[in-house]
Amino acid sequence: MIPRIYIPGDSGALALGAEKVAKAVRAELAERGIEAKIVRNGSRGAYFLEPMVEVATANGRVAYGPVKPSDVKSLFDCGLLTGGHHKRWLGAPDKIPFLARQTRLTFARCGVTDPLSLDHYKAHGGLNGLQNAVAMTPADIVKQVTESGLRGRGGAGFPTGIKWKTVLDTSAERKYIVCNADEGDSGTFADRMIMEGDPFVLIEGMAIAGIATGATKGFIYIRSEYPHAVAVMQKAVEIARKAGVLGVNVLGSANSFDMEVRVGAGAYVCGEETALLDSLEGKRGQVRAKPPLPAHKGLFGKPTVINNVISLASVPVIMDKGAAFYKDFGMGRSRGTIPIQIAGNVKYPGLYEAAFGMTLGEIVDDIGGGTATGRPVKAVQVGGPLGAYFPRALFDTPFDYEAFAAKDGLIGHAGIVVFDDSADMLKQARFAMEFCAIESCGKCTPCRIGSTRGVEVLDRLAQNVEPEKQIALVTDLCNTMKFGSLCALGGFTPYPVMSALNHFPDDFRPTPVAEAAE
Amino acid sequence: MSMQPASTEIASRTAAIIHELKGLEGPLLPILHGIQEEFGYVPQDALPVIAEALNISRAEVHGVVTFYHDYRSQPAGRHVLKLCQAEACQSMGSDAIAARLKSLLGIGFHETTRDGSVTLEPVYCLGLCVCSPSAMLDGEVIGRLDDEKLNEIVAEVRS
Repeated sequence: MIPRIYIPGDSGALALGAEKVAKAVRAELAERGIEAKIVRNGSRGAYFLEPMVEVATANGRVAYGPVKPSDVKSLFDCGLLTGGHHKRWLGAPDKIPFLARQTRLTFARCGVTDPLSLDHYKAHGGLNGLQNAVAMTPADIVKQVTESGLRGRGGAGFPTGIKWKTVLDTSAERKYIVCNADEGDSGTFADRMIMEGDPFVLIEGMAIAGIATGATKGFIYIRSEYPHAVAVMQKAVEIARKAGVLGVNVLGSANSFDMEVRVGAGAYVCGEETALLDSLEGKRGQVRAKPPLPAHKGLFGKPTVINNVISLASVPVIMDKGAAFYKDFGMGRSRGTIPIQIAGNVKYPGLYEAAFGMTLGEIVDDIGGGTATGRPVKAVQVGGPLGAYFPRALFDTPFDYEAFAAKDGLIGHAGIVVFDDSADMLKQARFAMEFCAIESCGKCTPCRIGSTRGVEVLDRLAQNVEPEKQIALVTDLCNTMKFGSLCALGGFTPYPVMSALNHFPDDFRPTPVAEAAE
Repeated sequence: MSMQPASTEIASRTAAIIHELKGLEGPLLPILHGIQEEFGYVPQDALPVIAEALNISRAEVHGVVTFYHDYRSQPAGRHVLKLCQAEACQSMGSDAIAARLKSLLGIGFHETTRDGSVTLEPVYCLGLCVCSPSAMLDGEVIGRLDDEKLNEIVAEVRS
C-alpha cells in the first residue's frame, strides 16, 4: 500500500509554515524515490503543535510536531513512514493530552480525514444523519433536534429546533436555509476550522435543515477574510452535488436541496443575522427591525432558517446518534458540547471541544496553560469583541449560557482571548467603542453616535480630565447603547466596556503625573 | 491614473461580468466581487452599467459599494498587506507590530507606498488567533509575526 502522509492545509497551520513543510516533504520523497500520498487534512486544533505531520502506519497514525522544513530530512532518516522516533515524535495523535481529554462530537473528523474525500467522510460516520433524516417526516426531524437541546452556537443561544419549527409551520412556495459563516469575532475560528477541515458535515447539516423545514435552497455566507474556507466549501459543494448528496433527489429520496457559497465583503455587522440577509440580497448590510422574524420573513421575504456554522454542523451527529445521546452532555439548559476556542496570549492555543460546564479557570489555566509570555493572566475576554472581560476572581464561572449571563457576560461563539498583566483595560474599553464605531451599520443612533462619543469620553478619561465625570458619563452612555440599540453590535459593546471598568477600576483612574506627585 | 482603463473599456468588461452573474439570486455582491477581481478596484464608470442592468438606482449601487470595507475606489499597490488589529492579536503585541511596519514602509493604514509596491490595511480578525499576531499578504496567511518576519515581508514586497 502507498504510504499516506497527512500535512494540514488548514489556514492556521499554513500560517505556521505547513506549506513549506509540504514542499520539503515532496522534495524529500522525490529525492529518495519514495511513492507516497500526501493528504492535506484539516487541523486537529492543537495549534501549538502545528504544523503537525502524521503518517498512517500498520499500528495506526503517528504524529510529529511542530515540524519545521529543516526537520524533514532527519524525519525521513529516522523512519517517518513507519512512525520512527525523532525529537518531534508525538506518538498517536488521539493520545496527545490536549486532544485525548476532549469530547469530539461536532469536530470528530476534523484533522482526521481528507476534507474533500466523500469516501473518507462516509467511512468515518458521515451521511448517517442525513440517511436517517430522509426516511423521517419533517416534524420528526424537528422534534429530534429540539429534544437534543441544541442551541444556536453563533452566540444568541436560541434553541435550534424551535427556530426550525417556526419555518416548518410557515407555509410558502419557497424557503431558505442560510448558514452564517461570517465568523468575525476575534478569538474565534471554529467555523473556519470546520469549513476547511470537514466541509461535508456542514453541507449535511444544511441538507437536513432543508428537509426538516421544507426549504430547497441554501446559502453559506462566508466572510471574505477566509479565502481558504471559501475555496474548500466551493469544492465540497461541487463534489456533494455530483454524488447526489445535493440536488433534486437528496441521497436518492424525493427531497430536493441545493446550495451556493457566497462571499462577504468585509463588514463585521453582516454577522448579525438580518444584516447578513440584506447583504445576501445585494443591499448594504444593515440590520432589520424584528419582528418580522427571519423565520417568517427572511431572505427575499421568504421563511428562512438562519443558523451558525457550528449549530448546523452539530445536527448530523444528533440525527445519527439521537437526541438523548447529545443531550446527555452538558449542564443545566446548555446541552451537548461546545467547541471552545482558546486564543491570544496563551501557552497552548487551540480548539477544545467539551461538554458545557468546565470552569473558565480550568479552560485558561489547565487546558490553555496560562499565558504564552509566562506573565500572570490579567483578564480574559469571552465571546468576541462584544463579550465581557473576566478577571481571575470570576474564573470559577462554569462555561454555560446562563452562568455567564449571571456574571454580566456571554459565551458568544465560545472564543476566549487571554491577556497578561501588561494589558491596559482602559485601552481595551476604548477599542471596543472604536470597533463599534468602525463597524456600525449606521441604522440606529445609540450605536452609530454612541460609539463615537464613547471613544471621546474614554480619551478624556485617559487624559485625566475630570475622571469621575467621564466614568459617570460612559456608564450612562453604555446604558443607552445596551437598551436602545437595534442589534447586538451597539447593544453588547457595553459588555467589554463596563466589565473592564467594573473589574479593573484602577486602570480607569490614571495616576497623576510624576511631577505633581513630587 | 494613467494605468486605469478607459471608460468604454470598463463598461464593456463590466457588462460581460454582469451577463455572467445576473441570473443569481441577489447578484449585486457577486457582481461587485467580479468587478474588483477584474480591475483591482470598483471603477466609478462601472456603477451606471450595474444600475441599469439590475434596474436599481446609481445611488443604491453607490450605497452598497461604499458600505463594504472590501471594495476599493482606486487600485491597490502591487501587494496588499492586511495586518490584524483585533483583540487576540492585541494581546500579543499587534500595536507594536503595526507601528514597526508603518515605519518600515513609511505609510499608515489605508495607504499605498509611493512606488506603488504595497497597500497596508488593518483587518479585524483573520481567524488565526492561535498564532497571533497575524497578517495576510496577497491572500497568504502569516502567523506569529515578529521583527524577523516583518523584515522578510518588507523585503518581499519591495523586490
